[in-house]
Amino acid sequence: MDEIFGIPAPLLFGQLLLGLINGAFYALLSLGLAVIFGMLNVINFTHGAQFMLGAFVAWAMLNFLGLGYWWALLLAPIVVGLFGVLLERTMISQLYKLDHLYGLLLTFGVGLIVEGLVRNEFGSSGLPYRIPTELTGAWDLGFMFMPVYRGWVVIVALVACIATWLVIEKTKIGSYLRAATENPALVQAFGINVPRMMTLTYGAGVALAAFAGVLAAPIYSVNPQMGSNLIIIVFAVVVIGGMGSILGSVVTGFGLGIIEGLTKVFYPEASATVIFVVMAIVLLLRPAGLFGRA
Amino acid sequence: MTLNRRNLLAAAAATPLAAGLPMSGARAQAQNTIRIGVLNDQSGLYRDLSGPGSTQAVRLAIQDSGITQRGINVEVVQADHQNRPDVGSTVARQWIDRDGVDVIVDVPTSSVALAVNTVVRERNKVFLNSGAATSDLTGAQCSPNTIHWTYDTWMLARGTGGAMVRAGGDTWFFLTADYAFGHALERDTAEFVRAAGGRVLGQVRTPFPGTTDFSSYLVQAQASRAKVIGLANAGGDTINSIKQAAEFGLTRRGVKLAGLLVFVTDVHSLGLQTAQGLVLTETFYWDLNDRTRALTQRLGNMPGGLRPTMVQAGCYSAVLHYLKAVADMGVQQAKASGAEAVNRMKAMPTDDDAFGQGSIRPDGRKIHPAYLFEVKTPQESRGAWDYYKLLSTVPADEAFRPVGQGGCSLVRG
Repeated sequence: MDEIFGIPAPLLFGQLLLGLINGAFYALLSLGLAVIFGMLNVINFTHGAQFMLGAFVAWAMLNFLGLGYWWALLLAPIVVGLFGVLLERTMISQLYKLDHLYGLLLTFGVGLIVEGLVRNEFGSSGLPYRIPTELTGAWDLGFMFMPVYRGWVVIVALVACIATWLVIEKTKIGSYLRAATENPALVQAFGINVPRMMTLTYGAGVALAAFAGVLAAPIYSVNPQMGSNLIIIVFAVVVIGGMGSILGSVVTGFGLGIIEGLTKVFYPEASATVIFVVMAIVLLLRPAGLFGRA
Repeated sequence: MTLNRRNLLAAAAATPLAAGLPMSGARAQAQNTIRIGVLNDQSGLYRDLSGPGSTQAVRLAIQDSGITQRGINVEVVQADHQNRPDVGSTVARQWIDRDGVDVIVDVPTSSVALAVNTVVRERNKVFLNSGAATSDLTGAQCSPNTIHWTYDTWMLARGTGGAMVRAGGDTWFFLTADYAFGHALERDTAEFVRAAGGRVLGQVRTPFPGTTDFSSYLVQAQASRAKVIGLANAGGDTINSIKQAAEFGLTRRGVKLAGLLVFVTDVHSLGLQTAQGLVLTETFYWDLNDRTRALTQRLGNMPGGLRPTMVQAGCYSAVLHYLKAVADMGVQQAKASGAEAVNRMKAMPTDDDAFGQGSIRPDGRKIHPAYLFEVKTPQESRGAWDYYKLLSTVPADEAFRPVGQGGCSLVRG
């Protein structure tokens, strides 16, 4: 059997693939964060809670309304996105004139409250959610056994990332959005409703988080702390990619998933830390992040 | 009354007297009050198996003990240790030094339990541990002030590990949570596997807390070609491992999962479809016999609509027995020396609805039978929370590590 650095090659390929799958989640979550930060200049610390809400709404739809995974994939992001719209209208919009830090504190606090409320209602050990029957089973790739559902996650995440990028870079709405980021007063003077655009952008970013939450529900335990476990890593991804850079967050998300996957083979104890080591190095060499503008 | 010098002086003289009366009353009451501190995870992954449910169990124990009818007051305080040893030992110190807490109960998460163990011993109070697993609490780090009540890693290893090897699972790979508990559980189980003629092919240490994706480790485990994957983790980590093992088709292709520490709340969270067939060891199951059913009914609805776990049942049983000892030796003496209260508890046989009859050994190990369960299939389950079928019972004197083998100084000396 071929070996690379003392690790059998098939095992290494398997780990690269798994890293890519985890990277898909990082990319999807950091994408939402990047969109929100780019437009609103708010570091959305509620993102983890919104990811978790996506999974819980999917669970509630199944158990109370009998709506399965496919409906949840469509409806849960809308429901949680509307919650985001409400949050932006009533609270976050009050803070645009103030320092970043206030937005960060507000969203962090809201995140803790949401997490606490869900924990009080549903407990901490989590709820069962099954893989939809259409996506059960697995492919034998020779070097590893690949569940169909994980393949689905990678494809959907890639499609979502590309679609978001296209909307922002290639459409008229996207050009308004980019213009409003540069100079909101001027864009407003041209008759475009900038506050409403900000609200919808926040809603869309939140919907992306909820979408990732529904994708995660069948493979991770659906519990109140599922978001906070992931969100710290995702923030590191956004910082490494460059705050607000969409391409940066997607590329870094997948890249760091792979780096983490490799660490899990060579030195598993460090797998929770390696991303932060990368972050420290990147910040020392390129303070604006890999794709950020200084 | 006109304000003159004489009145003022009289008033000044009377003030400390008047103030002194209720104060001495309060002091007398404090001397007649036992303070119980329930310290556990109130907000993280071990909340459902301990958390506010443990406090509820402690309150029932106080009620069942009938101690207030004897004129002894009992107060309960609770706190969240966030699964961090530094937080846990700070709370324990404050409780004892400032708030007059006499006994600390529960404390899941072995690393926190070991830290609290030291604090309680230094201050000569009582530590009744129900939630933590490490067998070091009655081994190398045993203390005259500590009783380890419900279960431990040795017992889990013997129960589940022993049963798996007997059933033909003679090669093992461990997924180990990277802290005191995981290490102890892996060590104790590996000893059983080797003693029974099996082999340990490898292990991987997963960061705790903060690991959500176990697929990478499961693939490594599978690559080792071990017949059994030992899950030396707990709570949400175990749930994620089992869920993802099913997803990656490990169990379908003949690899057996050994859930070395699985609580009934974990099975509830996984759902029978995913958890069916899992073999596990517990010392308490709500539907085990008439007494456990009666206790479950008296406990009423646990927070979140859950049924009591063995950890919560252990809190009930431990506090009930402690209060018996207090009633027996007197409040003053029990408060004055934690070690003496523990000695009195060791001298008395235990009997309660949670574990039936049992006793406490000199090393601080509470002993009672352990039960090997298999999780039912969805077809076998007759209703809500009907999850386990009993495979075998390990008698109390065999369920735990023999008293001489733990290296506890209380036994040697």
